[in-house]
Amino acid sequence: MSLAQLAPIEVKEALHVVQPRRLPGYDASPASISLRAVEQSFQVRKGPRLIALSNIDLDIRAGEFLCVVGPSGCGKSSLLSLVAGLAFPSRGEVQVNGRTVTGPGTDRILIFQEHGLFPWLTVGQNVEFGMKMQGVGRRERRERAEQYLQLVHLSKFRDSYIHQLSGGMRQRVAIARALATQPSVLLMDEPFAALDAQTRDMLHDELERIWKQTGCTIVFVTHNVREAVRLGSRVVLITYRPGTIRSQVDVDLPRPRHMDDPRVAKLAGGVLDELREEINKAVAAEYDHV
Amino acid sequence: MSKILKNLLFYGTILSAWVLLTHAKIWPPYLFPAPQDVWQSLHDGFRDHSFWIAIGVSMRRVLIGYALSVVMGMILGFGIASNRFLEDTVGPLLTSLQSLPSICWLPLAMLWFGLSEKAIYFVIITGSVLSITISMESGRHAIPRIYSQAGRNLGAHGWRLFVYVLLPASLPHLVSGLKQGWAFAWRALVSGEMIVAGLGLGQLLMVGRDNSDMSMVLAVMFVIVLLGWAIDGLIFRTMEDWFNRRWGLGGAVA
Repeated sequence: MSLAQLAPIEVKEALHVVQPRRLPGYDASPASISLRAVEQSFQVRKGPRLIALSNIDLDIRAGEFLCVVGPSGCGKSSLLSLVAGLAFPSRGEVQVNGRTVTGPGTDRILIFQEHGLFPWLTVGQNVEFGMKMQGVGRRERRERAEQYLQLVHLSKFRDSYIHQLSGGMRQRVAIARALATQPSVLLMDEPFAALDAQTRDMLHDELERIWKQTGCTIVFVTHNVREAVRLGSRVVLITYRPGTIRSQVDVDLPRPRHMDDPRVAKLAGGVLDELREEINKAVAAEYDHV
Repeated sequence: MSKILKNLLFYGTILSAWVLLTHAKIWPPYLFPAPQDVWQSLHDGFRDHSFWIAIGVSMRRVLIGYALSVVMGMILGFGIASNRFLEDTVGPLLTSLQSLPSICWLPLAMLWFGLSEKAIYFVIITGSVLSITISMESGRHAIPRIYSQAGRNLGAHGWRLFVYVLLPASLPHLVSGLKQGWAFAWRALVSGEMIVAGLGLGQLLMVGRDNSDMSMVLAVMFVIVLLGWAIDGLIFRTMEDWFNRRWGLGGAVA
């Protein structure tokens, strides 16, 4: 815990002093994503089909930082699984760089809220995992892992096990592991939801810097509207069942932004009002079940 | 330190009671030998190499049998867990078969394989494969979906997904099954050897019985207990420690 608290100070200072530059050796160019009339439904035991996503038309530009907000259970995570190729739409089509997604690929890496790291591997081995699967040689794996661990300021923890790290450090390892395969798209499923506010703020800064340095397309799912406005170049609001796109807001506030910036708060306020309506629907639907 | 003292006290008391009982001459020595007679048997057994040979033969048998069990159990358990039909049919059958003591397979094994090594291996495998299969099956189910998703996302498919993600992810659940499987294999071995094959620790027990040499019987029993205890401590304790260190199940970390 004490180690986790030490790191943020260094990071914050580094951020304001050093202007982010393109990460050396990061070859991937960002990809565009498009969802065409996508519907995703599940057969639930003893019940009608549950429509998680319906009629989603969404174009994500290459290099965009898109944030997706919505009440829990609206199918935000399903959307990421579809782009990741870990699930397939019941109807419609998901394309990455104009090509239909037919399965998972290391060009699109998903980062989970928690527990996505492998506890049987060390921090370094976790970061190397994707490269190992790609058949990258041992020496190059090690070098690249070192580079990405440095990027998230965790090189000292290469030989630690996952359970020895704090929540914030784990998410930084997850980011390093994702970047190590040099993806063109980073998919993030409420990655900071389980973290305390301080750690989250620090990771916002880091993620923004990494986004600039890698040029990745990022799709970031959250239920926190301020977080979405803080990070995204665009915020998309998804409705409660069936999940459809309710509205979109372009965020052209200067970066780096701060969660408590009044302009961020103001913009978030508008989205939040709409989100509240959707949350009320979600709550009402849950009461109906009882 | 106090734990050692407690144990010294405990075993000292037992030994003294044993000595006192032999001196009381309630039972004849051929039914209730004195500690020094058992010690003498142990000493002789190791000096004329008969114990060493028996240990070697038995260990070889149990290691081969157990290794086969582990491989078969892992494949079976994993296969059953990934097929709904097998799970609903074979799964319950295995659980009920587990209630059958492995020695019950011996008559069948003797008819199939005769009084041979094969019969011994058969009994060891039937004794231990089920607990490994069942624990592998439950381990496979206990793997959080997120691990296989993350693995596939990072480019692991087919056997690589199995070897690098699913297998290590299910190991913490498998460990108890491996340990139980070992205990069953060890028991099956000794009971099998008593009836079927030459040499081995089980056979030594029967030799002791045939010669009405009670101190030798006790000496062999002592060796069996000691070996089982040593293997449990050396191999399985080390394995559990390793898991606790990696997975952090022990809690006393960081």
